[in-house]
Amino acid sequence: MTISDVHPGLAADAAGLLPSTEPLQLIGPDGRPGGNPGDLTLPGPDILLRLHRRMALGRRFDTQATALARQGRLAVYPSSRGQDACQVGAVLALRDQDWLFPTYRDSVAVLTRGVPADQTLTLLRGDWHCGYDPYERRVAPQCTPLATNTPHAVGLAHAARLRKQDQVALVLLGDGATSEGDTHEALNFAAVWRAPVVFLVQNNGYAISVPLARQTAAPTLAAKGIGYGIPSLLIDGNDAAVVYAAVRAAVERAAAGGGPTLIEAITYRVEAHTNADDATRYRDDGEVRSWLARDPIARLEAYLRAGHLLDDEAAGRLAAEAERLAEDVRRRLNTDVPADPGELFDHVYAVPTAALERQRAALRAELDEAEEGEEPAP
Amino acid sequence: MTAVMPAPRAREAAHDQPAPVTMAAALNRALADSLAADERVVVFGEDVAALGGVFRVTDGLASRFGEDRVFDTPLAESAIVGTAIGMAMNGLVPVVEMQFDAFAYPAFEQVTSHLAKLRNRTRGRVALPVVIRVPFGGGIGGVEHHCDSSEAYYTHTAGLRVVTPGTPADAYRLLRQAIGCPDPVVFLEPKRRYWSKETAALTAAGPPIDRAVVRRPGQDVTLIAYGGMVATALAAAEAAVEEGWDVEVVDLRSLSPFDDQTLAESVRRTGRALVVHEAAGFAGYGAEVAARLTEQCFHYLEAPILRVTGFDIPYPPPRLEQFHLPSTDRILDAIARLQWEADGA
Repeated sequence: MTISDVHPGLAADAAGLLPSTEPLQLIGPDGRPGGNPGDLTLPGPDILLRLHRRMALGRRFDTQATALARQGRLAVYPSSRGQDACQVGAVLALRDQDWLFPTYRDSVAVLTRGVPADQTLTLLRGDWHCGYDPYERRVAPQCTPLATNTPHAVGLAHAARLRKQDQVALVLLGDGATSEGDTHEALNFAAVWRAPVVFLVQNNGYAISVPLARQTAAPTLAAKGIGYGIPSLLIDGNDAAVVYAAVRAAVERAAAGGGPTLIEAITYRVEAHTNADDATRYRDDGEVRSWLARDPIARLEAYLRAGHLLDDEAAGRLAAEAERLAEDVRRRLNTDVPADPGELFDHVYAVPTAALERQRAALRAELDEAEEGEEPAP
Repeated sequence: MTAVMPAPRAREAAHDQPAPVTMAAALNRALADSLAADERVVVFGEDVAALGGVFRVTDGLASRFGEDRVFDTPLAESAIVGTAIGMAMNGLVPVVEMQFDAFAYPAFEQVTSHLAKLRNRTRGRVALPVVIRVPFGGGIGGVEHHCDSSEAYYTHTAGLRVVTPGTPADAYRLLRQAIGCPDPVVFLEPKRRYWSKETAALTAAGPPIDRAVVRRPGQDVTLIAYGGMVATALAAAEAAVEEGWDVEVVDLRSLSPFDDQTLAESVRRTGRALVVHEAAGFAGYGAEVAARLTEQCFHYLEAPILRVTGFDIPYPPPRLEQFHLPSTDRILDAIARLQWEADGA
């Protein structure tokens, strides 16, 4: 008996599904091209300049949001500083018709997809909804429960295939989320259905405080792909060029009917989990400093400057643009948006039930009564 | 702007004439007619294609509509609901099957945190017209984890509709209505009634998805039931005639939202009420029914609203389930306790 008697669908070349041992890289930490390209090719100058610009804007947005969280203008902010190449590279690799399924740490990805800054931060400023129309730019609401967005992406992608629409779904997840059951189920469904979906794991080393070594005993997270029959890539997550190239290749493969791809990007979360977290309890400064030296924006900038694609003047213009963005974010977030408690009942069902209407009226009466009580005596 | 689903095209094939039909067959026809009427409808789950489902509710659908419309999935309930959410986001109307009540629990997070909430989280932009079919309840001699009454888990979650049919004709109607509904619907199928027969025409027309119906009019007491207990309640009402009680039986149909109007109207008229379900009584659905009706009908009540429910125990094994399930005798005993004598008598 051979195994193909029992498993006729078995991939003939299982080893072809495995990722490389070392992360793929198109631009090294010193800004020099080469590294470990595998089958990927360096994107052209236009794309590299876009990656650089969007990372610079995203970084400024991120540091501004962190500051606003400290000032209490945001309820909480999970920074993606350090993961800029993943946030921007992956999103720019999508085509207009594709979908993005982000998590709470992917505000910069959402912004890069074109969602206005104040809409991106709506949930984090403490509102009850995601802040944007997902259909406008094909961005699902930022997902808070880990890994639960993975089957959504697979379902959306499978529906596109059933409806013969050329659409790919990109789902973002972290190293911690790979331990959740939904990730396993989603990878398996995607593979069985050959759904046009790309899984990008931003392995930033920690799930809040728990390091990767306590999360998995797999050789790499990308290596898990073979268990599902999904080809996988291990890439340098601080190299925007390789993130773009890898996601782009996966999107094209999915669109051509080749099915899902699992990509693990090695990166680092420079800030704490959120502004409410104390990262000194689980990691030391030396580790953070070593990753600051591998900054994804500085790396791409070094490459662009060496190739005379970016000069001081252009860099100055970009810095000014980033400051304008930050100023706009401050202005919008420092403006109080009135929240109508009555709207809490509007979207529970397509049409509010009679019971919800009664509760809304009761709340309204309560508020009216309180308002009357506040009126100054004549 | 949320697009409200267009009503399914009227294509009431050959079953508009009364004929004997089981609940399983009625559900099968509802699925077939929905698939035929609306190309966005897809049916999927475990063993639903070639096998036709373990209860044969999806029998023949895969061969008739093809594997892009009716398909088997890997064995993973969370992903079944999770992918249904993604499909609904992309314009499909998924109707998924959970094989048994207790096997739906792995999907709980997707149901409660996402399916129920996505409309709200997107301020009404994303509608999820998903139907989750769940065979529920006992009375079939099933082994452990095959007989749970899980309705209260779902009714406690805002954003879900929870419905359950009590008769074959209503099973057809409610499922057609659920598939046409813009809200996510948990559709609980009383498996002990799958093979019960009724001679009826099958039509989606009739009482809307959120209304209770009076199955048997009566003067003396309102007996409130749903799903598998509707037939038991009707049998108890017939037996009560001998005792001199004229029992009104109300079939809730929709557990969420709750049809206060029909229920309050009945209870104010009879002045006595009893709610019956298989699920455990503690913090069970009957507690909500009793509380609401007490609030709305207090001055009309001649007695406290009583509950006849399963015990507060894990669902018992086949040899012992008869002692757990509400029976006509237990219902009659409860009716007798509704303070028929005047105070001080």
